Amino acid sequence: MRETGRRSGPGGGRGAARGGDKKDAQRRTLFRRRKICKFCADKIDDINYKDVKLLGPFVPERGKILPRRISGTCAMHQRKLQTAIKRARQLALVPYVTE
Amino acid sequence: MKRQYELVYLVSSDATEEQIQGLHAQVEETTTRMSGQLDKTENWGRRKLAYEIGPHKEATYVLELISGSGELMKELDRRLRVSDQVLRHLIVRIDLENRVVDRTRTRRKTVSERRRVARGLPPERQPGEGPRVEDTDEAGFDGAEV
Repeated sequence: MRETGRRSGPGGGRGAARGGDKKDAQRRTLFRRRKICKFCADKIDDINYKDVKLLGPFVPERGKILPRRISGTCAMHQRKLQTAIKRARQLALVPYVTE
Repeated sequence: MKRQYELVYLVSSDATEEQIQGLHAQVEETTTRMSGQLDKTENWGRRKLAYEIGPHKEATYVLELISGSGELMKELDRRLRVSDQVLRHLIVRIDLENRVVDRTRTRRKTVSERRRVARGLPPERQPGEGPRVEDTDEAGFDGAEV
């Protein structure tokens, strides 16, 4: 019963999809993949400034720290990541800026 | 109780092997003189710098684990600052952070064991048990998921 009800959602939405931009946008947000904190998922407790491989993906080409809203890192781990990256920068392991 | 510190310093690539050894000896001497203890030394060898420091593009990284007083670290900091072979150095106190990390690790372990026992399973995870398949999609994580 519940199963069929759910099935009819996307299929039966043929009429509802014509509801305009707002509805389309809403659907897109609904289908966006849920972001997860890498450090929570992999159970990495210790974010160390010496581990350049770990920090690498969070320092994009420009050299800025990747914001939480993009990487999906949780607040606690973003804070630890931030100090780790800043320490690594002092030791020239990670760039401050790159052109 | 002694505090644990981590000291990393970057030696200029112009420095000879003896000079690097000399710096290490100096650190060791200062540590023992001020009743500290040198727990571990690691030479990472020559690495490319992420940005140029003056004329330098490469440097030798040396890591030292030291337990001692704050006074000792102050002295080491001063010495490294003065030395012209050392491009950069960083001193971080690690004992507090390590304690927190250990605590979270043991807590996670005990919690998982308790749950497993409550479910009537052996406390340790058995080989070939349950689905914990590595998500191949996640392996290629590059940080930029929008």
